[in-house]
Amino acid sequence: MRVSPALRRWSSTLVLGAALALGATGADAKKQDKKAAAIVADPYPSTYKSYPGTPTALVGATVYDGLGGRIDKGVVLFRDGKLVGIGGADMAIPEGFTRIDSTGKFVTPGVIDIHSHLGVYPSPGVDALSDGNEMTSPTTPDVWAEHSVWPQDPGFTRALANGGVTSLQILPGSGNLIGGRAVTLKNVPSITVQGMKFPGAPYALKMACGENPKRVYGSKGQKPSTRMGNFSVDRQAWIDARQYMDGDHSERDLGKDTLEGVLKGEILVQNHCYRADEMAQVIDMAKEMGYKVTAFHHAVEAYKIADLLRQNDICAAVWADWYGFKMEAYDGIPENAALLANAGTCVVIHSDDENGIQRLNQEAAKAQADGRRIGIDIPDAKVVGWFTYNAAKTMGIGDRTGSLEAGKMADVVLWNGNPLSVYSRPEKVWIDGALMFDAQDAKRRPVSDFELGQPGEGDVK
Amino acid sequence: MSRRALIIAALAATALPAVASAQDFAITNATLATGDGGAPIEHGTVLVRGGKVVAAGSGVAVPAGVQSVDGTGKWVTPGLFSAVTDLGLWDVEGVADSNDTEADKSPFNAALDVAPAINPSSEHIAVSREGGVTRASVAPFNGDSIFAGQGALIDLGTGTDPVNKARAFQFVELGEAGAKLAGGSRVAAHVALRNALREARDLANAPSGARSSDAMLTRADALALAPVLSGSQPLYVGVERAADIRSVLALKTEFPGLNLVLVGATEGWLVAGRIAAAKVPVITMPLRDLPASFESLAATQSNVGRMKKAGVKVAIGMFAGGNQPRYAAQQAGNLVALGKLPGAAGLTWGEALAAITSVPAEISGMGGKEGVLAPGAVGDVVLWDGDPLELSSAPVEVYIDGVKQPLDNHQSRLRQRYKSLDRTYLPKAYDW
Repeated sequence: MRVSPALRRWSSTLVLGAALALGATGADAKKQDKKAAAIVADPYPSTYKSYPGTPTALVGATVYDGLGGRIDKGVVLFRDGKLVGIGGADMAIPEGFTRIDSTGKFVTPGVIDIHSHLGVYPSPGVDALSDGNEMTSPTTPDVWAEHSVWPQDPGFTRALANGGVTSLQILPGSGNLIGGRAVTLKNVPSITVQGMKFPGAPYALKMACGENPKRVYGSKGQKPSTRMGNFSVDRQAWIDARQYMDGDHSERDLGKDTLEGVLKGEILVQNHCYRADEMAQVIDMAKEMGYKVTAFHHAVEAYKIADLLRQNDICAAVWADWYGFKMEAYDGIPENAALLANAGTCVVIHSDDENGIQRLNQEAAKAQADGRRIGIDIPDAKVVGWFTYNAAKTMGIGDRTGSLEAGKMADVVLWNGNPLSVYSRPEKVWIDGALMFDAQDAKRRPVSDFELGQPGEGDVK
Repeated sequence: MSRRALIIAALAATALPAVASAQDFAITNATLATGDGGAPIEHGTVLVRGGKVVAAGSGVAVPAGVQSVDGTGKWVTPGLFSAVTDLGLWDVEGVADSNDTEADKSPFNAALDVAPAINPSSEHIAVSREGGVTRASVAPFNGDSIFAGQGALIDLGTGTDPVNKARAFQFVELGEAGAKLAGGSRVAAHVALRNALREARDLANAPSGARSSDAMLTRADALALAPVLSGSQPLYVGVERAADIRSVLALKTEFPGLNLVLVGATEGWLVAGRIAAAKVPVITMPLRDLPASFESLAATQSNVGRMKKAGVKVAIGMFAGGNQPRYAAQQAGNLVALGKLPGAAGLTWGEALAAITSVPAEISGMGGKEGVLAPGAVGDVVLWDGDPLELSSAPVEVYIDGVKQPLDNHQSRLRQRYKSLDRTYLPKAYDW
């Protein structure tokens, strides 16, 4: 598709940017080192440590725990970065806790976006910072999104302040069948990417089916130019990876290291896919090649195969109501999430968008309402899980964050009203018990290096 | 009935869409928001006769014989007005064959006129209608010129010609996008604009005469700009940066006839006083808060609220691409939420509704006629199942020119088919 400057300006950068921007040529990352240097298990380790916080008691709010539970006039306690108590009005508040009267307000786990390109397609959206799609080969399992993330992307700060986002997964774009490794971040300002990396989060592999890869490479006169070409290239990559895995590793291959990680179940597969028939084909390919798809992303036709997804234990990470922007999105319907939830299939609301990530709660609310109108009534407490616990679980961090349970990370949002109402906003956001945003304290609002000294500095956003 | 007549009757019943005519009706006892910027009225009534609003307010008597809809527990508003949109210009945005938004290989630019291309059967129109949108100003996108061409005013009613007014405005891109189109700089864009307006003036002064041998515009493009020069056709200017806005406002001293509308104006709040003084209205996307480019470093969601406080007439619009027209109510609601945050500027509820109804209608030259429930206005009425700006609400009835509209579409048919996944009896393809 042609993309006019006007269209770029009006439309979501990521629908067009992530999906369509063409990359420059690059070198094959395959390493030919016969000596096979010892593989460092975690070569770019997280240096993130939680910031200081004070023992805090949120008292009197409606509490959604992210797991479907709701407590009216609840109490949420956290100290030393961890949640230590969640209960009703009768819960004792230990000495030394700062008490925040939260009457009339709402508390949820920190919001989590499973599908973001912040940092790899940052603002400003100039070519020099456009690092999300290594479109020089249809399979690039060797690239890692963390090596593209620009921590100064102001988008992180907006996601925090307006969206209550505390953790997010940054994925490579969908121009390639195998796009590379994703990285999971804590949404804390940092000079380095390592300072944002979620400690111990598993890696994920971004894969894509459908229109994008065949268009990108077909337009260059190379394989794949068709959907059958897509599958051919994917299958051969898995066959080669299996052979590599079974070999002696005397010749190290960066890309096959990642694919081997998938085959061993250590790296999760997050698969961009729109159409029901294609998702069904990918499920069979995964069985044929011996790996598991953790989630289909975008999945606008997931509602047609909700049962198949449930049977295969695959989550659907979806928008509320995007449709029609390309052929494979023509059958998108606003009831997708509700129909999935009604069938017992795992639902995650994702953004794939630097603006949408600021309103995942609102997208979930719209999807809930669209369900209600066709007789599917999903309680608020469960809907909150679509952008908290379900996302965490699907990113492999559900044992540490995503819900309000004693012992878990104190990633918490205090909303000034029901998060499923358009009239509500995050009032305070804690990450590992540290107050990282406060709507009532102008200084408790991060400003990226990029915005210093510019008209955007420190303004409400 | 003859066999032939029977066939015709059967065809009429099944194959042809029924074109309903306007019926007199009233909606009573609803929470009524007229779109004029004021607070909603409890137990309100709207009365529509002959396709026009006759009365809207509390204490409106419903004449005998007029069909009455009980609006208890529901809300009534005017139909939403989607300002500067691509509605009706594509079926699938990314399928170029179905997309008429731009023409970068055309030798023409300012002369381009979207009116003949608008497809009232587009799913995008049907889905937007279901979302309560009843009117729109449809704009072309730029091809390879700073001039995108001429937009049209449409309604989203079924079974009628969608175009209410063709060639309603001209669209020009200045700022970064215009710079690129003009050859690489803002300087070039401003020269291109001035040159075009002067060629238009020369041609208008001597319509049958020979044109200067160095004329750069086609005759059609130069002719199309004559009404822009005189101000009879508004000039919509795509512009974001504060400095660029000042340059656009300055055009009025050189070309006093220009009837300007700013589209975008992400940094408008920085020069809100000047925009207000120039009495130039703004159509913008309200939730852009990222420095998406070097012309929008000052982006903030408080832009609309700050401009409004400075006296600028501001509409929510620019519903193109993934920014669907049915998101208007959500965006307006967000501006109400913003008003509660320290340091932020938002809108009152009434102002927020006006920003998606009466204000865009006024900017489009339809003040008092569209986007408002007032005597004499078109009978575009939406009945909602709750607060129209709230995420949980949706239209339950939509009227355009007094005609009750069907709210089904491709999406609603898909949801009916797939509500149950039972495929044991026959494939889903038989379920319709």
